[in-house]
Amino acid sequence: MVEKALFAIFMEGLFIKNFLIIQFLGLCSFLGVTKDTKSAAGMSGAVIFVMTMASIVSYVIYTFVLIPLDLQFLRLISFIVVIAALVQLVEFVVRKNIPSLYRSLGIYLPLITTNCAVLGVVLLNVMNEFSFMQSLVFGISAGLGYTIVMVMMSSIREKTTILPVPSAMRGLPQAFLIAAMLSMAFVNYFKVIPL
Amino acid sequence: MSMPILLIQSMATLGGLALAIGVMLIVASKKFKVDVNPLVEEVNEILPGVNCGACGYAGCADFAEHVVEDNAPLTGCPVGGFDVAKEIGGILGQEVSEGEAEYPYVRCEGGVHCVDRFNYEGIEDCKAVMMLSEGEKGCNYGCMGRGACVRACPFDAIHIGDDRLPKINKNLCTSCGLCIESCPNDILVFAKESEKVHVVCMSHDKGKTVKAVCENGCIGCKLCEKACPVDAVHVTKFLAEIDQEKCISCGKCVEKCPQGCIEMR
Repeated sequence: MVEKALFAIFMEGLFIKNFLIIQFLGLCSFLGVTKDTKSAAGMSGAVIFVMTMASIVSYVIYTFVLIPLDLQFLRLISFIVVIAALVQLVEFVVRKNIPSLYRSLGIYLPLITTNCAVLGVVLLNVMNEFSFMQSLVFGISAGLGYTIVMVMMSSIREKTTILPVPSAMRGLPQAFLIAAMLSMAFVNYFKVIPL
Repeated sequence: MSMPILLIQSMATLGGLALAIGVMLIVASKKFKVDVNPLVEEVNEILPGVNCGACGYAGCADFAEHVVEDNAPLTGCPVGGFDVAKEIGGILGQEVSEGEAEYPYVRCEGGVHCVDRFNYEGIEDCKAVMMLSEGEKGCNYGCMGRGACVRACPFDAIHIGDDRLPKINKNLCTSCGLCIESCPNDILVFAKESEKVHVVCMSHDKGKTVKAVCENGCIGCKLCEKACPVDAVHVTKFLAEIDQEKCISCGKCVEKCPQGCIEMR
């Protein structure tokens, strides 16, 4: 496999392979926490942290524990354990330092544990045979890509709530239409940035 | 690699991983421990948990915290009412005295009976209409029927009726008062359960002006004042007001009113 430049990987995570609207991972939080920008940004911060940390820790565990022991088939379960522990850690920190955010995120904070986007990052790291730096960059860029889309989506949804939309289309149907249009915009990055 | 060795290796790896993570989490939970007053949890359990914000705090959990630690009033939760206040008092060791239940009622009978000055096309909200020269209605005091209260009600207890006036469903209403706050014209007011007779008009305009724009508005004719046997009705500034302490709910003013703007409920 050809070594990819770090910048290319960064752009991929940010736009071309955007986890939310190109790969359709982590849609639960995408539709659940985007009702207001503040909690969307808070959630994104937590996800950036978890994704980056998960990339680092999973790389270490995979390269220095699982490969030497020839136990690669254990990667799924061990990654899930790592992610769950990291989410617990984030929950402790957020609860201690930002109690208002802790309350507004509510159920969605522990749901990062089951957030397939985080597991997606670490599995893609392994599948692409990324080096340590590459994994780190991919983790960060995936988190940032998640943030961009979450903030965009929440600002659009905040503004569209006051529009005179037929009641049948209010709420989730409207959100899905917005998501569809957003992802169409992002699909264009395939051509704009030829990597 | 033979099967038993593989098995042992896998178990040891995952076990070691789990052990390391477990130790890390225990340390973290000690370090980031949040002291929660157990009373707050207890109070929070009792609260209705609808997070309507009628108490003035961010939600039920926030209210519980302020009740326990910050001297918020025990009766602060209008949704829970007296029962909840009493239970909170029980937990905190304080006495609560009971007040009478209050419900909002609509002080306007205009709606479709009140003429429009112009055709409004825009955001469907009372405050937005208000910004356009005091609203589209001929009467500056009346209900605009654009449903600010309907959207403010977290319990789905208010609906705009066929006459373009809000109708309050008493069975669903928890007297949280959010609709009253949301109304830009102060049409909605609280009234006690025992207060039966109400003037359903807010207009201080002269009789002639009222008659020109609204079929149901108070014209200040003073017929109700004369009809009242206990001197409970008074017309001030062309609007009848009922002194609820004197009122005996005989209904004579209701019969006499030519505009039908005094109502018995």
